[in-house]
Amino acid sequence: MAFDLSAIVWGMMAMLCLVTGLAAWRMLRGPTSADRFVAFDMLTAVAVAFSALIAVASGRSGFLDVALVLSLVNFVATAAFALFLERKTRS
Amino acid sequence: MTVLGLILMGAGVLFLLVAAIGLVRLPDALQRMHSATKAGTLGTALVILGAMLTGEVARPQSGLLAIIFLLVTLPLGAQLLGRATYVARTPLEGLEDDPLAEDEGSGLTRK
Repeated sequence: MAFDLSAIVWGMMAMLCLVTGLAAWRMLRGPTSADRFVAFDMLTAVAVAFSALIAVASGRSGFLDVALVLSLVNFVATAAFALFLERKTRS
Repeated sequence: MTVLGLILMGAGVLFLLVAAIGLVRLPDALQRMHSATKAGTLGTALVILGAMLTGEVARPQSGLLAIIFLLVTLPLGAQLLGRATYVARTPLEGLEDDPLAEDEGSGLTRK
């Protein structure tokens, strides 16, 4: 192979660290709680992408299962947050 | 095949970066959700697809399942969160005249 695959994947992970930083800034800053939940949604999407990249870098296919489970947990968490936000304003 | 996978992963990471920039720069909660959901879903799905195509992973089938679940659940979650954002009276940019809030039958009591 002419290029180093894992070095490129590590570079992509460094870029995803920047993405995580930007989303975390919005989560800390976010004027309303809706902003924080949107940032949380984005952070779990980034975590799914991270685990897919780690699966390539380490060659362990178990990390793709981690990505699958994270995407399921992400949906349940978002639905629960939305319900919480709606109930909080209704009552 | 490896090169194709790398290109897809790079494109996915770029989409995620654009989504994060939109998350920081856009003015209100629903616009931020627009950026995070659409570009974020596409970026994550592209990264997983690229990871499956590189051939480094021994058992890539669960990646396909993860992509299907992402494509089904992320827009659904964003729809729920968007509705909750509207109902919770989050201040929205450029929304002075809002006929939906005055409609008693809509069930979305904003005022």
